Amino acid sequence: MNLTRRGLVVAGAAAAAWPASFSGARAQAANTIKIGVLNDQSGTYRDLSGPGSTICVRQAIAELGSLGFNVEVVQADHQNRPDVGSTIARTWFDRDGVDAILDVPTSSVALAVAGIAREKNKVYLNSGAASSDLTGPACSPNTVHWTYDTWMLAKGTGGAMVRAGGDSWFFITADYAFGHALERDTANFVRAAGGRVLGSVRTPFPGTTDFSSYLVQAQSSRAKVIGLANAGADTINSIKQAAEFGLTRRGVKLAGLLVFITDVHSLGLQTAQGLVLTETFYWDLNDRTRALTQRVRANMPGNQPPTMVQAGCYSAALHYLKAVKEMGVAAAKASGADAVTRMKAMPTDDDAFGAGAIRPDGRKLHPAYLFEVKQPSESRGAWDYYKLLQTVTAEEAFRPLADGACPIVRG
Amino acid sequence: MDEIFGIPAPLLFGQLLLGLINGAFYAMLSLGLAVIFGLLNIINFTHGAQFMMGAFAAWMLLNWVGLNYWVALILVPIIIGATGVLMEWLMIRRLYKLDHLYGLLLTFGIGLIVEGLFRNEFGSSGLPYQIPPQLSGAWDLGFMFLPVYRGWVVAFALVICLATWIVIEKTRLGAYLRAATENASLVQAFGINVPRMVTLTYGAGVGLAALAGVLAAPIYSVNPQMGSNLIIVVFAVVVIGGMGSILGSVITGFGLGVVEGLTKVFWPEASATVIFVIMAIVLLARPAGLFGRA
Repeated sequence: MNLTRRGLVVAGAAAAAWPASFSGARAQAANTIKIGVLNDQSGTYRDLSGPGSTICVRQAIAELGSLGFNVEVVQADHQNRPDVGSTIARTWFDRDGVDAILDVPTSSVALAVAGIAREKNKVYLNSGAASSDLTGPACSPNTVHWTYDTWMLAKGTGGAMVRAGGDSWFFITADYAFGHALERDTANFVRAAGGRVLGSVRTPFPGTTDFSSYLVQAQSSRAKVIGLANAGADTINSIKQAAEFGLTRRGVKLAGLLVFITDVHSLGLQTAQGLVLTETFYWDLNDRTRALTQRVRANMPGNQPPTMVQAGCYSAALHYLKAVKEMGVAAAKASGADAVTRMKAMPTDDDAFGAGAIRPDGRKLHPAYLFEVKQPSESRGAWDYYKLLQTVTAEEAFRPLADGACPIVRG
Repeated sequence: MDEIFGIPAPLLFGQLLLGLINGAFYAMLSLGLAVIFGLLNIINFTHGAQFMMGAFAAWMLLNWVGLNYWVALILVPIIIGATGVLMEWLMIRRLYKLDHLYGLLLTFGIGLIVEGLFRNEFGSSGLPYQIPPQLSGAWDLGFMFLPVYRGWVVAFALVICLATWIVIEKTRLGAYLRAATENASLVQAFGINVPRMVTLTYGAGVGLAALAGVLAAPIYSVNPQMGSNLIIVVFAVVVIGGMGSILGSVITGFGLGVVEGLTKVFWPEASATVIFVIMAIVLLARPAGLFGRA
């Protein structure tokens, strides 16, 4: 009896306290911006996005200091599967009060999440995915495509290869949205420059580890350039096995259309040397990128410098929170499209990409860089991998607004 | 140029050869699985992780201790085999009396944990491992360039498969093992230490996976996922060959490598699926597998 009475008292006290704490939590939530970092935490793209992206987002928040509102960061693993990514995005928006989703590598997942962010009128800042469709047919008033895209890679690397005499191509393409987009965009450049595409082969994704069969097919087409429209472990295995089969020694050129610095690290300079690639961020590019790298590196997994995707997450979070501060938390939370519109109205500037802007179709503009991977003898230390061949201005690097077929800018 | 089914003959020969090379990996991995299943009745889902551990152990020996590929070829199967012995002794032996499913769940769980630990330590992109200088270069076969290293893989895998088959089918030790599978208590009554024999068999099966890992290190990206990509295919190979059939798993391994290789020419998009289609057909027509006893 005694116990029950005490129990009753406790329950009553809790009931009395509950509405107060609940409304307190609601007030707290109303003054909090919640950012969800959605990417590959366990698969092939973990190193180039993964936990490092979240660390870069937290770095941006720390650097902004006191904003007058709270910022909370959550992260999740989409396992490179559109169904998993969609479920997480819906749960975040509907139940967990997430205001903005960041990163989302893997184009198939990225396109799925873009639709959900638009439907729920939230903010979607994509750094990790490549498909240029995100600012083309699938563009949305809620999306900003931050770091790079297939059109830019195709023009940068593809254009450079054609200029260097590589006028006949064979593609080894990962069989999903990203690979198809990258092959299409590159093939357009090759043909526009007077080159020919002799053939292509679509490799199952994920799950292909042996590329020798495809490399031999590519070789028997007698193409001068083998275009690798794949990423991550697929690209690493392709390059490794091309070297093994002596393709490069016999004059066939490999165009790694999407190569990240983590891939070069994995290949080792002995195998990767001479590879030409396009990125928008390299940690050792200039004083500002070096300063950013120094600030964030101690927290990164394995102390690796940030990749361009992770740097993109830093830059996107920084700009988004600045926009929220200008327009007010309530307005930013009420409409994701309004927040993105505000972001487009403000010029961007940060240590990762320098000065830039966001175009009406959601394309973030900044320069792109054509790099060549150093020879082992040229490298002065760990992660010293690239030498700069050419800087492409922001206007030249990305697809012209008129060519994208983005429905929201045509009207 | 001569053509077969619209494909230039040289290209076709090249693909057959490449299929055989991939088949060598399937054969070596499914061999280890078949040995373990045949004698322990355990469906060893840690096999992929153990293959990966073999590749990483080779990398560690080279970069941390300075021991080259040839030493790794001998040391790694022993080291990783020893971890298998430990695992059997600590955990797996508690499950022999239970349903297959428990062994499957335990080994699958351990595989996931091992993969996660390696991913945390080494990241997901993988590590470089060069082909040993003695085996670099390529032979010009007329219809294709065959890297010396791939030729070595096929030859070495064939020797290992043959040796394993001889040990199990033709030696006294193998006879004990086979007898113990049929009736363990009877064999024990003859004064043979059956539990120890079973433990060492598991270690040997794991050692085979690790050896395949060392062979794979110079060709594939040495990354924590490398085993899980391969293991599902290898299980299909074992099912097609007949669970527990040693010769069956070897022949099916090489055979399916070739079938997959040809699919990569005629219908590349389906190359990841073809083995499972064959598996479904075999299961419908011969549920015990091509070489299994019903």
